[in-house]
Amino acid sequence: MTVSHEPLMRIVKRGESPFKLKLLVRLAAVLLALIVDALFIYFVTGLDPLAVYTTMFQGTFSTPMRFSWAMRDLASLLLIGIALAPAFKMRFWNIGAEGQVLMGALATAAVMVFYGGKVPNAILYAAMLVAAVFAGALWGFIPGWFKARLGTNETLFTLMMNYVAIQLVACCVNIWRGQASGLGKLNMKTKAGWFPQLFGQRYNINLMITVLLVVLMYCYLRYSKQGYEIAVVGESENTARYAGINVGKVIIRTMILSGALCGLTGFLIVGGRDQTISTTTAGGNGFTAIIVAWLAKFNTFYMALISFLLIFLEKGAGEIASAYNLNDFASDIIAGIILFFILGSEFFINYKPIFRTGRHETINKEVA
Amino acid sequence: MKKLIALVLACVLCLFACCALAADLKVGVILVGDETEGYTLAHMNGIKAAAANLGLADNQIIWKYKTPEDQTCYDAALDCIGQGCNVIISNSYGHQTYMVLAAEEYPDVTFVSMTGDFAALTGLDNFKNAFTKVYEARYVSGVVAGMKLAELLESGELSAEKQPNSFDADGNVKIGYVGAFDYAEVVSGYTAFFLGLRSVVPNVAMEVNYTNSWFDIDKEAAAAEALIAKGCVIIGQHADSTGAPAATQKLLDAGNVCYSVGYNVDMLPTAPTAALTSPTNEWSVFYTELFTMIKNDEAVPADWAKGFDADAVAITDLGVSCAAGTAEKVAEVIAAIKDGSLKVFDTATFTVGGAAVTSAPCDMSFMDWSTMTAIYEGETVEAIVDGAFAESEFRSAPYFALRIDGITEIK
Repeated sequence: MTVSHEPLMRIVKRGESPFKLKLLVRLAAVLLALIVDALFIYFVTGLDPLAVYTTMFQGTFSTPMRFSWAMRDLASLLLIGIALAPAFKMRFWNIGAEGQVLMGALATAAVMVFYGGKVPNAILYAAMLVAAVFAGALWGFIPGWFKARLGTNETLFTLMMNYVAIQLVACCVNIWRGQASGLGKLNMKTKAGWFPQLFGQRYNINLMITVLLVVLMYCYLRYSKQGYEIAVVGESENTARYAGINVGKVIIRTMILSGALCGLTGFLIVGGRDQTISTTTAGGNGFTAIIVAWLAKFNTFYMALISFLLIFLEKGAGEIASAYNLNDFASDIIAGIILFFILGSEFFINYKPIFRTGRHETINKEVA
Repeated sequence: MKKLIALVLACVLCLFACCALAADLKVGVILVGDETEGYTLAHMNGIKAAAANLGLADNQIIWKYKTPEDQTCYDAALDCIGQGCNVIISNSYGHQTYMVLAAEEYPDVTFVSMTGDFAALTGLDNFKNAFTKVYEARYVSGVVAGMKLAELLESGELSAEKQPNSFDADGNVKIGYVGAFDYAEVVSGYTAFFLGLRSVVPNVAMEVNYTNSWFDIDKEAAAAEALIAKGCVIIGQHADSTGAPAATQKLLDAGNVCYSVGYNVDMLPTAPTAALTSPTNEWSVFYTELFTMIKNDEAVPADWAKGFDADAVAITDLGVSCAAGTAEKVAEVIAAIKDGSLKVFDTATFTVGGAAVTSAPCDMSFMDWSTMTAIYEGETVEAIVDGAFAESEFRSAPYFALRIDGITEIK
């Protein structure tokens, strides 16, 4: 009789999971997360878990104003996710969104500083937009060109470009702040280049452009010829070449698009949200957006959902810290546990664990 | 009919609730740091003490920690208002440009931007600035350092023979100062410190090292180490961390002659033998006055600035290394500042470019340096009044920006 070498548990890749299963796994994950979180809240912080969950919910939903802030922050995050989607679908690891956003923001700020109040507002907005898109595109083009022509490693290249952008911003802020200790809002007196309110909502312009781009990018990736080329290059560069696709051209073109959209995000952040610039203008969203793009598998509508989840957790954690006078590390743990389970559930949607059973052993023996 | 009664009752209740809310004080506090950072901790303690003085409950204060000087500050202000706050306080200088936007939109809420410098220029009734005359406390801390220096020189522990590096070519003793940014608040502070020190030991020369950050332990430690390496015997500071005192203690233990004057908080736990004292703000004095004025429906002044006259500033407990007789000297100097016989920026005690200062025009405008235009147009005032520079009289935030002889800035 042979001894079975079957491990206690094996992981097997599932095929395409049915929708019902996906939903069930995700619901179970949320439920488990809430239970584990409740234990943490009860035993570590000594608070009432249900009250804490209510507070977390209030972080986004208690007032229309908070909801509008959540939507504003969602717009920034989602837009960067959308910008990253084509690059990542092409398997081009664009870690440089943070820098591309900052360059767009810097170009916007520079136009505001130098031309604010000197040209009509319509022209100023157009110049801000063009400058931002161009600056972002340039920051995408450079690593794209080097990858296409010289085969450089795009992960390191785009990452390093972030630091160049951060230093450029720090330098300009230092010049513009003059004798004050901080820069403050740009064009504080004239408000030149500040986005107007639309339909009574301060951040509607940002939100509407984001919604529009969700749809446009979905169609671009799914239905356009260029979107198809991106998919083929991402699957296999050799196949792409065999099919007559100019791989270098696709890489450069896609990175220009990715960078330009990041630049556009910078424009919306400076003009529509902050009206100033600092090294934290992108606020780490350039990195968080990578998670958004990957988790959604480049489906822009899923991206919107995942962005919302991340923003909801962030706002909730902030509100918990403020309401219960809690150290923000504790509130981040509470939000982090939920995120962990939701990310973990993706694993169980794609794979299934199989445990060792007696029946299995007999089958194995028979086969042997 | 029942519905109607319920509706009327509900309306009446709401009305009462609103009245009660208006009469009650609810304070939103926007802080640049949290309790782990000395500057913010001092504000928190001041607000808590004021709240205790007036019997405010915990739920009458909403705290917003770690609020950067950006849009987050504006959001935090609006969020506090949404939760019923009728007073919003922010504690960092850069918060003010965001506070003023909220103040324009909510005329019924009082906004106080601590250390800010343009409230009086905005023409808004609900936007205020406040600052202590901390330069007075810095002057006194300078006297404490001067006493120590005099003791070191008299005892022979410090001499040109033993420590030639600590004396410049003219025989002046070298002292150092770790500053955050090269603007008026810091210049005013280090000049007051220097003048206090020089009132005890006349032959001193000071170097100021900037860190370009309000709170950076590593940079402040590095700046202090660089100054001590150049031979500086006393290290003063206008930055918020314990970096400089810790570095000074380390080098004192290693055999150097160097002592530290801190800021905000007692540095003795960090530097038990190197720390002499720290100038501090007693923020509770202002906050108690503020809460009382708002509760009594009195007008809050656009600029509030008080010093030893109201015990709004102080120095922390004297360290074990302080010279004998320091406490008596300190009491004497504080008394002289209180009765007006001693003026910190007496023009007889300093020169600029070798000449006595008879006129110091100060432009009070709030500038947008990126476009070199004034955001809020202010008057140009003559700051030399009765033979002294009148600091914190024309507005609460410091505006002394003269670079006097004897001090060198390293940029």
